[in-house]
Amino acid sequence: MTTQRLTHLQALEAEAIHIMREVASELERPVLLFSGGKDSIVLLRLAEKAFRPGGFPFPMMHVDTGHNFPEVIEYRDRRVAELGERLVVASVQDSIDRGRVVEERGPRASRNQLQTTTLLDAIEANGFDAAIGGARRDEERARAKERIFSFRDDFGQWDPRRQRPELWSLYNGRIRRGEHVRVFPISNWTELDIWQYIHREALEIPSIYFAHEREVFARDGMLYAMSDHVELIDGETPFTTSVRYRTVGDMTCTGAVASTASTLESVVVEIAATTITERGETRADDRVTEAAMEDRKRVGYF
Amino acid sequence: MATSRPDLDLVATFGEDSELLRLVTCGSVDDGKSTLIGRLLYDTKQVLADQLEHVEETSRRRGDGYVNLALLTDGLRAEREQGITIDVAYRSFVTARRRFLLADAPGHVQYTRNMVTGASTADVAVILVDARNGVVEQTRRHTFIAGLLGIPHVVVAINKMDLAEFSAERFAEIAEEACAVARSAGIPDPIAIPMSALRGDNVVDRSGDMDWYEGPTLLEHLEAVEIAADRNVRDGRFPVQWVIRPMSDEHHDYRGYAGQIASGAWRAGDEVVVLPSGRATRVSTVETHDGPLNVAIPPMSVVIRLDDNIDIGRGDMIAHAVGAPTPARQIEATVCWMSERPLAVGARVAVKHTTRSVRAIIDQIVDRVEMATLERIAAPNGLALNEIGHVHLRLSEPIMADPYVDNRVTGAIILIDEATNETIAAGMISSVDPSV
Ligand SMILES: Nc1nc2c(ncn2[C@@H]2O[C@H](COP(=O)(O)OP(=O)(O)O)[C@@H](O)[C@H]2O)c(=O)[nH]1
Repeated sequence: MTTQRLTHLQALEAEAIHIMREVASELERPVLLFSGGKDSIVLLRLAEKAFRPGGFPFPMMHVDTGHNFPEVIEYRDRRVAELGERLVVASVQDSIDRGRVVEERGPRASRNQLQTTTLLDAIEANGFDAAIGGARRDEERARAKERIFSFRDDFGQWDPRRQRPELWSLYNGRIRRGEHVRVFPISNWTELDIWQYIHREALEIPSIYFAHEREVFARDGMLYAMSDHVELIDGETPFTTSVRYRTVGDMTCTGAVASTASTLESVVVEIAATTITERGETRADDRVTEAAMEDRKRVGYF
Repeated sequence: MATSRPDLDLVATFGEDSELLRLVTCGSVDDGKSTLIGRLLYDTKQVLADQLEHVEETSRRRGDGYVNLALLTDGLRAEREQGITIDVAYRSFVTARRRFLLADAPGHVQYTRNMVTGASTADVAVILVDARNGVVEQTRRHTFIAGLLGIPHVVVAINKMDLAEFSAERFAEIAEEACAVARSAGIPDPIAIPMSALRGDNVVDRSGDMDWYEGPTLLEHLEAVEIAADRNVRDGRFPVQWVIRPMSDEHHDYRGYAGQIASGAWRAGDEVVVLPSGRATRVSTVETHDGPLNVAIPPMSVVIRLDDNIDIGRGDMIAHAVGAPTPARQIEATVCWMSERPLAVGARVAVKHTTRSVRAIIDQIVDRVEMATLERIAAPNGLALNEIGHVHLRLSEPIMADPYVDNRVTGAIILIDEATNETIAAGMISSVDPSV
């Protein structure tokens, strides 16, 4: 009788909406992490689908490194205003000023590591017990085993051996005071799914995702944006070329790819045809050691 | 080895509308599961340049002498160092016809809970058999678990055919036995495929050495197997997850019940009862944020609105009036124990069933499955980690359940330790006694 088929995007969407509603039901003070990047843009749309015409049962939070792309901050503020929801900004600069963390120095300095402290402090200060994030299992090998409800102890640490088995769509959101969970509603999505969904939903994304002319320099085989936050090393010379970004993070450690794809369709085709994984191509911080991601996760990274 | 790169004409056909298939792979250590998964990823051109480079480098360092595709699926560092896989890992791949989500479950007996976890959501199980060894204890165990978790389709991957002289007789012999085992585990249409994961024979591409085999390759089968009909569209069950009541000026009287459809096909006008209260009413609309739907089927996440204003909250169920379940406080279930601390009669636990959480006492442990022989041993003392047994549970409040064989959503429970908050068991409900 009903042999109607769901598309993979419908199935993934249904799963993600279910997860959003579970977090909102089972945890007392969730927060949705919003970076202005494509994954968190998809999360926002899924939150609308889960809770409209009601309001979101949680605020959004941005961990602002102070080194973000201005285009992304502009997008963030506009989107928050459109939605009429509350945004908490947790600032890495504040953590530095308060002496919680020490700024790295030198040409390879990045604020990426510092975000962890800012995030954990903000979770504690606001009493959040669940942080909804946009991580995906296809991003990196260590993530393949990450749970959808990923449990963190008092210190925000992730212990691969203490994770709960996750069966069917029955998520266990029980925690003790002081602990929190990271929840990843789009765990099972791939980069291509994200782009297809952005296309299907006609979502607006920050302009840096499309090809544009930018002043960049080459380092370690990647292209980085020139900005006040970077120091050049001898021999590095800035030049202007057409690039786009595959992820948005800190300006200092997010690489651009040479591209002329200026429409969503052409970006999707490029992504589908790409030969290098997203993290390998654009995130300097992951290349430091083979097990980089795993180390960071143990101490509470996103 | 050349970089495996999706070709552009394939990209052009990657629809946004392909179907999602969830599969679980299981096999004993060394049957070639990692190699098979690596092969599937590689031959469907999912392996990107930097990943392949990493695998080539690691293969060289280990002195493998060839590009060891099994390394594509390595996971956490501790596991890498010990050279074993001990947790379920999820991986995606896509072809022009389908989008696949693969749960890679290690098969050793100690990891029964991992296979149960990976199997809980699977449409298809791929069970590996080493052609030299044929059907072994582990094969029976994996098939038993696939049956227990209600996986509708099983593929027996008879691997390492290159070490069995690509023999048609050897294949036929193992296939017959393995499929018989599957049918007796309750799996209706098992199929067996001869392959060599190492050489890539009959995984994605056809083998040049087994002309006698006329069936599909593994990928051809995975792309074609019919899964839409596996959903239960007969029994209307909608566990209420979240109530949407904006109480804004614009939506002053709006009251919507949000949730994921467990089963049944839902339309405006459907006669329903709300459980456990038993109040009867009708569906006024089935909708999403994008607007009303003509019909909604599992596993869609929707909002249902009703003709009458009834007090309904999370954990209640809206069910089609005809054939609605009877709320029950006494259930029997087969459970897989997942905790270091064994289960004993009289234990108090929390139970999560759909969106409803209740408490329970284990009144009786009827039997335990001896995993080596699959025999049921009556009246065991308890259940230890990775053991499976049949239990009676008495609940603090009624739940609206169905037997798991009829409904993989409303027939499933997890048990939670109220002291530690850990998930300690998965349960498949076998019968519901509404009289108590
Ligand atoms: N000859 C042959 N060897 C295989 C085949 N598949 C896997 N192997 C080898 O069997 C061993 C175990 O394979 P692996 O994939 O690590 O097994 P796992 O423990 O099931 O993940 C490795 O040495 C593989 O190279 C095959 O089809 N033919």
